[in-house]
Amino acid sequence: MADVKKIATRESYGNALVELGEKNKDVVVLDADLAAATKTGVFKKAFPDRHIDCGIAESNMVGIAAGLATCGKIPFVSSFAMFAAGRAFEQVRNSVGYPHLNVKIGATHAGISVGEDGASHQCNEDLALMRTIPGMVVMCPADDIEAKACVMAAAEHDGPVYMRFGRAACPVINDNPDYKFEIGKGTVVREGSDLTIVATGICVSAALEAAEMLEKDGVSAEVINICTIKPLDEELILASAKKTGKVVTAEEHSVIGGLGSAVCDTLSANYPVPVKKIGMQDMFGESGSAAALIEKYQLDGKGIYAQVKEFLA
Amino acid sequence: MNNLELKKLANQIRKGIVTGVHEAKAGHPGGSLGCADCVTYLYFEEMNIDPKNPKMDSRDRFVLSKGHNAPALYSAMAHRGYFPVEELKTLRKLGSHLQGHPCMQHVPGIDMSSGSLGQGISAAVGMALAGKLDNKDYRVYTLLGDGEIQEGQVWEASMFAGHRKLDNLCVIVDNNGLQIDGSVEDVCSPYPIGKKFEAFNFHVIEIDGHDFDALRKAFSEAKNTKGMPTCIILNTVKGKGVSFMENQASWHGTAPNDEQYAVAMADLEKIDEELAKEEA
Repeated sequence: MADVKKIATRESYGNALVELGEKNKDVVVLDADLAAATKTGVFKKAFPDRHIDCGIAESNMVGIAAGLATCGKIPFVSSFAMFAAGRAFEQVRNSVGYPHLNVKIGATHAGISVGEDGASHQCNEDLALMRTIPGMVVMCPADDIEAKACVMAAAEHDGPVYMRFGRAACPVINDNPDYKFEIGKGTVVREGSDLTIVATGICVSAALEAAEMLEKDGVSAEVINICTIKPLDEELILASAKKTGKVVTAEEHSVIGGLGSAVCDTLSANYPVPVKKIGMQDMFGESGSAAALIEKYQLDGKGIYAQVKEFLA
Repeated sequence: MNNLELKKLANQIRKGIVTGVHEAKAGHPGGSLGCADCVTYLYFEEMNIDPKNPKMDSRDRFVLSKGHNAPALYSAMAHRGYFPVEELKTLRKLGSHLQGHPCMQHVPGIDMSSGSLGQGISAAVGMALAGKLDNKDYRVYTLLGDGEIQEGQVWEASMFAGHRKLDNLCVIVDNNGLQIDGSVEDVCSPYPIGKKFEAFNFHVIEIDGHDFDALRKAFSEAKNTKGMPTCIILNTVKGKGVSFMENQASWHGTAPNDEQYAVAMADLEKIDEELAKEEA
């Protein structure tokens, strides 16, 4: 997919915020000294009065956002996933989730594709953490187009939203005129009949690559893009599982508590089928280029292909 | 309202606290009784609020950052007319809107849910910031415990408030000197509190938290202080008004039994009688 346009979803986040800021003057953006990295710098430039740098204090930033939301603002809290979902978990839970305030969390640098910074900054636990908070919408877009759609949908949604963005450029796969986004709706991005690959984030394009490779082996893989981890599009996943009888999940996140767990929750309750969870296998990442890490931890097309073959053997 | 009226009201609010906690067989009477005078002053003198229009855009905001003192807040709100005083007896019971810690979704008029220490002040800072962004002239008050300020988030919020010169923000620290494990000084001393807030660019006022003249003067000074937020340090007696609860850390989070409840109410009745004499 070398000829495909690639954009990091954190860039999409910043760009979408500018567009949103023009439309809605209640939108404010908060950062914790990472505006250059979360790509909200473009919003800061366009709307300096509505950009609030809280300094390196994520817990306080989340609380400030909660207070702003009680006064009618639509705050977008920006930081790395590690700090937004990890460090400030309890603030998100108690100051945002419990009072169901209209705070949007834009968490960038999620997963191992953070790369060289290493395991301390590679958050593979955020989806699990955020998914446990009642009323929280959890989204993990697959590309630039979906990431922008997430931001727009988050602003329209009344209540807390967690959005997960990546540092590394990833292929644009939703560039078609029919593309529509709705919170809670997944998409079949490739039809198949032998197994279902449910993927999220950067693993969606990788799953499509894996499906192409499987096709050559005579295996017909259906690929579902799940952007909204919560609420999960159970109907779509169950329909596909009923058709194929086998499910693989793929995410740049721990296999504990994220997409894989969410899919297993619904399958085990409604239509149990064998499941293989692809992701970080209960381990920390390490330093390296994003591409090298994605390859090592088998989250690229080749890695997903190999793990699916193992599952089918 | 004159001081005597405020004192009488504060005593009714204390009865509500003790009654609620007794009925619940759980809760935090000590701190609630200690901050009752300040909360009374805020809800009956200081704040621009309307119980009939609890979401009024221009209202002053109050965040009880020391959320475990919910009995004080609920009692003040009930006496102010937000809900019937009788409902204080449902405190902490299944199905009651009076949750163990304040919940804004359950009680109209509560500006922020709180209870996890150190978080309320950040929300109050957010409200003050929103006021500045929108050029509105409401004020924001938040009440913290002296033990609570051991939480690092308090200082993150204070640094931001001082940096942003949020002069519409008034941080109140209830300095009763006690926390669950003993005296704050022994557990992990936050003293000197005033100098810490001064270092974060606050105007600091220290007063006797049971003196309505002092409360009146301090809140007026806070309102007139421009270019920086104000911190009012209230020196209070934990358990104030109930003889056996005064200055006892053990009454931080314990409910009185029936016998103790009778003594507590008799203590408060005595205060009523003294105030009646003062009036006559």
